[in-house]
Amino acid sequence: MKYETQKLAYPYFLAAMGLFVAQVLGGLLAGTVYIFPNLLAEAVPFNVIRMIHTNALIVWLLFGFFGAAYYLVPEETETEIHSPLIAKLQFWLFLFGAAAAVLGYLFGIHEGREFLEQPLWIKVAIVVVALMFLFNISMTLLKGRKTAVSLILVMGLWGLALFFLFAFYNPSNLALDKMFWWYVVHLWVEGVWELIMAAILAFLLIKMTGIDREIVEKWLYVIVSMTLFTGLLGMGHHYFWIGTPGYWQWIGSIFSTLEVLPFFAIVVFAFMVVRKGGRDHPNQAAMLWTLGCAVLAFFGAGVWGFMHTLAPINYLTHGTQVTAAHGHLAFFGAYVMVNLAIITYAMPHLRGMQPYNQVLNMWSFWIMSSGMVFMTLTLTAAGILQTHLQRVMGISFMEVADEIGFFFILRGLSGVVVVIGVLLFVYATLSTDKAQVRVGGMKPQAAE
Amino acid sequence: MSDLNEHNSGWGPLSSLPGNPIMWVLIWSELLVFGAALSGFAVARMLDVQTFDASQAHLDRFFGALNTMVLLTSGLCAALAVRVRSDGNSSASRWWMVYAILIGSVFLYVKIIEYGDKLDAGFDIETNTFFTLYYLITGFHFFHVIMGLIILAIVAWKNSLENLETGAAFWHMVDLIWVLVYPVIYLVR
Repeated sequence: MKYETQKLAYPYFLAAMGLFVAQVLGGLLAGTVYIFPNLLAEAVPFNVIRMIHTNALIVWLLFGFFGAAYYLVPEETETEIHSPLIAKLQFWLFLFGAAAAVLGYLFGIHEGREFLEQPLWIKVAIVVVALMFLFNISMTLLKGRKTAVSLILVMGLWGLALFFLFAFYNPSNLALDKMFWWYVVHLWVEGVWELIMAAILAFLLIKMTGIDREIVEKWLYVIVSMTLFTGLLGMGHHYFWIGTPGYWQWIGSIFSTLEVLPFFAIVVFAFMVVRKGGRDHPNQAAMLWTLGCAVLAFFGAGVWGFMHTLAPINYLTHGTQVTAAHGHLAFFGAYVMVNLAIITYAMPHLRGMQPYNQVLNMWSFWIMSSGMVFMTLTLTAAGILQTHLQRVMGISFMEVADEIGFFFILRGLSGVVVVIGVLLFVYATLSTDKAQVRVGGMKPQAAE
Repeated sequence: MSDLNEHNSGWGPLSSLPGNPIMWVLIWSELLVFGAALSGFAVARMLDVQTFDASQAHLDRFFGALNTMVLLTSGLCAALAVRVRSDGNSSASRWWMVYAILIGSVFLYVKIIEYGDKLDAGFDIETNTFFTLYYLITGFHFFHVIMGLIILAIVAWKNSLENLETGAAFWHMVDLIWVLVYPVIYLVR
């Protein structure tokens, strides 16, 4: 860690991990409700549990991205963060907003619009937090060295804030409501978040393989152009049969099919860089998460997305468990893993612990990833069966729900495995191994 | 930009192509999109030949042919602009680009008349699958012609050889796509 202000990332990563635990516990509870449908039906209804599960996910990923930016922007721009005070205020404001939102949900205070359930004042607070952050990071970027990694990261973060503004637009026409609703979370995950992810992976690969920055930057430009070319219109695959004009079926099908390409390019890029640059960096666990992220993002977002993206197929699978399967592996592979990769890489520097406490972390990688992959497979099986019984044979929704119950038990069990993996990750990241010594703590030290 | 070879080195297979390597990434992406759209058109036609043939009869083949000639001529001008620039004649190169832009603009004019005729006759994007694809594919191409003209104007202004090659590569792609769109949508029976 070269720069004093990099340690601003530390509380962000802690909050991210805390909310990650809350998210998977919420997920486990929701998965249990699928097995015992009346569990907690009065006290905490399913829709509230789901709300906590999805909102906590998004908020912890944002905490992670903020942390990642505070950690890598000083190194990339070769200068300190513009204002540490703003970064600290921003952290507490965001944490307060997130806590207030979750607490409110438990008491039934929410606006009901999926993923955007936060009351208006919390949405406003989110915008304030985003503006503080963007001001701080952009000022840092302006005064420092401008690399492709930091420029693309900041571009992605600006896009994130910009698209969030559509959360404030809620037309009374339901079709229009849905049309703009998709702009928020889905132009993130299929657009600007991919830029953030590519930039973080590029940073990690440069640091860990020591490969020539120029090569990484060229790949980054190719990936980013492909992402924006395919992702923005590819988002049209959400516009099938929700009241939008029929031509979206063609636009959505064609462009979203091509969304596989940037994810595939990331896999080729990551493995090429590691092959050329070598993988003897001591932080093996961070390397594992980095490569794992490239691979599972390709399968979760790319392959599992393509599976039901063509309009004639989506005609049958729309809103079934196939969607849930894709959503789970895509979020995990792309955005959870990229966060865990940067946390795994940065935490030993932030805590000043040497050597790396890796074995447990690597176990958590395999446990968590296996759990998620198994969960995805069970949901896919459930989804295919559901599609056939309900959409092809015309059996009613509730009868079909009984028929696919077995898969929900399997999904619940894989959820337990994931929770164990997550707890292990947090323990491995924060614990102190006997063989470790503290070298310098939170003070600046020589770069790796 | 001064040292072309140094600037474009390290791009692997893209290094040897003229112009900026990222333009070639875009060109390949465009070809994939239009390729997929035209394949989709072919499959949709196979499933409903009658509607497609009846709808196609309302298209004006003459306008289509005229626009093919227009784009190819404009493409020739762009190619000549690159040729004379590489011979070192900067101002002649600018003029060729201006011709390319003027002739290319004729395409937009003809296409607007054509769209107007179709809309007046009551054929819009929701009429049937043929017209949905007609408007989507030619409309998307139309948008690329506009983009292409803007790019040509920029490279006519900042006319380094690399810029001209980059702009001309995009413009030839716009040509190429039209040469595929015209027979598939207007001519095939």
